[in-house]
Amino acid sequence: MRDEVIRWARAAVAVLVLAGLVVAPWVVDDYTTAILARTLALALVGVSVALLTGVAGMPTLGQTAPYAAGAYASAVLGSRISDVGVVQVAVAAGAGAVLAALTVPLVVHARGVIILMITLAIGELVVTVLGRWRSVTGGTDGLAGIPAVRPFWGLPALATDQARYLYTLVVVATLVGAVLLLLRTRAGLLLRAGRDDETRLRASGHRVPLQVSGAHVAAGAIAGAAGSLLVVAQQYISPADFGFDTSALLLLGVVIGGTASVGGALVGAALVIAARDWLFGVLPGQAPLVLGALFVATVYLLPSGVTRARGRLRPVTVPPTHQDAPAAREHATVPELRP
Amino acid sequence: MIAVAAGTNRIDPYLIPALDGVAYGLLVFVAASGLVFCFGVANILNLAHGTLYAIGGYTAAALLDGGWASLALALTVGVLAAAAAGVLLAGLLTPIATGNHLTQALLTFGVALAGGSLLVAGFGPDDPQVRVPAALDGSVAVAGHRYAAYRLVFIVVAALIAAALYLVVRRTRAGMLVRAAVGDPEMVACLGVSPARIRAGVLAAAGALAGAAGVLGAPIIGPGTDTADTVLLLSLVVVVLGGLGSMAGTLLAALAIGEIQTLGVALLPSAAPFLLFAAMAAVLAVRARGLAARWRTT
Repeated sequence: MRDEVIRWARAAVAVLVLAGLVVAPWVVDDYTTAILARTLALALVGVSVALLTGVAGMPTLGQTAPYAAGAYASAVLGSRISDVGVVQVAVAAGAGAVLAALTVPLVVHARGVIILMITLAIGELVVTVLGRWRSVTGGTDGLAGIPAVRPFWGLPALATDQARYLYTLVVVATLVGAVLLLLRTRAGLLLRAGRDDETRLRASGHRVPLQVSGAHVAAGAIAGAAGSLLVVAQQYISPADFGFDTSALLLLGVVIGGTASVGGALVGAALVIAARDWLFGVLPGQAPLVLGALFVATVYLLPSGVTRARGRLRPVTVPPTHQDAPAAREHATVPELRP
Repeated sequence: MIAVAAGTNRIDPYLIPALDGVAYGLLVFVAASGLVFCFGVANILNLAHGTLYAIGGYTAAALLDGGWASLALALTVGVLAAAAAGVLLAGLLTPIATGNHLTQALLTFGVALAGGSLLVAGFGPDDPQVRVPAALDGSVAVAGHRYAAYRLVFIVVAALIAAALYLVVRRTRAGMLVRAAVGDPEMVACLGVSPARIRAGVLAAAGALAGAAGVLGAPIIGPGTDTADTVLLLSLVVVVLGGLGSMAGTLLAALAIGEIQTLGVALLPSAAPFLLFAAMAAVLAVRARGLAARWRTT
C-alpha cells in the first residue's frame, strides 16, 4: 500500500517536473533558458555517471572523456559536414562509445577506487589532448561559430534559445526514457547483480567483465550524446567544459541523488550544476571556495547518499538493516536471475 | 657502446631533453610517492594531493630571494605547511568510514577546490616568478651543452630524497609500520597502533613530501592556477603505472613519465599530446592481468 502511494507520488512529481521543464522557456528569460539547456546536457552526463557508479558499481570520475569526445565530434561535424541534429547526436554517441570502448581494457579488471583513479586520469588526459590538438579542437581557445543545428532533415534551424532548449529537452527525455527501459530488462538486472555479488554471478556462468564493458560503452554513448547537446546549448566548446571539476561535481550530484537512481542522478546533477552556476554568478571571486566548502558540508550531511555510495558493494534495494547479512541478500536477488 | 660511439651526433640533440626528463621524473617521483603512501597505506584517494604540492610551490615563490638561507627557510616552511594541511585533511576525513572511497574522494576534492581558491586569494591569480639561489642561477657545461645548474643540483637532491625515503621505509620502525599497514591493517591495529594515528601520520608524511617537491620543484613545475591539477594527474598516472607494491615501480613509472614529457615531446612533437595517454594504455594493456590480480587484493 505504502509502496503504491510512493510510486504514485513519484510519478506525479516526475510529470510535474517534466511539465515545468516544458513551459520553463516561456517563463524565464533567454539567458536562463540557455543555462537550463546546458544543465540538462550535464544532467544527462550525470545519468551516465549513475549508470556506471550506482548500477554497474564502477565509480567514475572520467565521464567527461566520452562527453568531450561527443561534443567535439558533434562540433566538427556541425561546422564541416552536417547540421542535422539527429545525425550529430548519433555521431556524438558513437564517438563517446568508441572512446569508452578504447578505455574498456583499462577499467574492466579494476574495481572500486582504482576505477575512480584510472577514470580520473583518462578524463584529465583527454582534456590535455583537447588543449594541445589545435588543428582539430582549436586548442584551449575551443571551437566557436558552430552553425545552428536543424533537428531533422527539412526542419528549420534552431535559431532561438527556446528552440535549442526544447530540442535539448526532447533528446534528454528520449535518452533517459531509453535508459530507464533498458534497466528494466534482463540486462539491467544482471548488471545490478554483478555489482552486488560478482563472484556468485560468475559462478552461475555469467560473464561479468562483458556486462561491465557493455555498461561502460553504453554510458560512454550517453555521455557522448550529451556532448552533442552541450554544443547545441552553448554554441561554443572549450576544454574548460570538460575539466576534472565537472566530473567531481557530477559525481557529487549523483551521490546526492542516491547513486543507483536515474531520476535521482538527473535531479542531483542538475542541482549541483545549478548551484555552481549560481555561485559563479553572485560570487565570482570566491565561488570555488564556497563550492569546496559546500562539497565538504554535503559529504557530512548526506548519510543516506553516502551509505549507498559504496562502489560494487551494496544493493540499493535492501534496507540498511540487511547490510551485514549477505545470506539474506543473496536469497532476495539470486532466484530472479536464473534464466 | 658502439651505438653511442657511432651515433653521438644523432643522440646529441636529445641529451638535454633526456636530462630534463630525469629531473622532471624525479620531481614527479617525490610528489607521487606521497600519493602512493596515502593510497597504499591509509587507503585514501587524496584528490587534494596536487594542492599540497601547490602550497610548497607558492611558499617557494613567496620566500625565495636568491640566497641559500631563503631556500632553507622556504623548504622548512613549505614542508611544515603542507604537512599541516595533510594533518588537517586527516582530521576532516576522520568521521568518514574507512573504505568509503567515493565519499573520501568527494571530500578531498572539496578541500582541493577550497584550498586552491585560498591559494589564489593569498598569492594572486598570476603565476608567480620563482627565484633560485644566485649560485645556481647560471648554467653549466654538460657534454658540450649548456644546462641549467639548478636542474642538475635538483637531480642530485631528488635522488638523495628518494634514497632517504627508501631507507626510512626499509630500515626504520616507522617504515616497518607503514609496510605492515599496507600488508595487513587489521593486524597492525591489533598490535596496538591506532589506525587514526597511522592515517594522520601518513597524510602528514604525504604532505611533507608534496611540500618538499613543491618548494624544490618550483623552478620546474612552477606554482600557478593549474599546478594542482597537473601534479595530481601526473601522480595518478604514476600510481596507475607503477602500482602500489614497490618504490622501484613508482620510481620507474615517474622516470618514464618524465622522459615521455620531455624526450618524447622532442622526438615526436606531432604525437606529443597523446604520448602520456598511449604510455598508460600500453602499460595497462600489457600488465592487465598482473595488475588485475593486484588490484583485486587491495
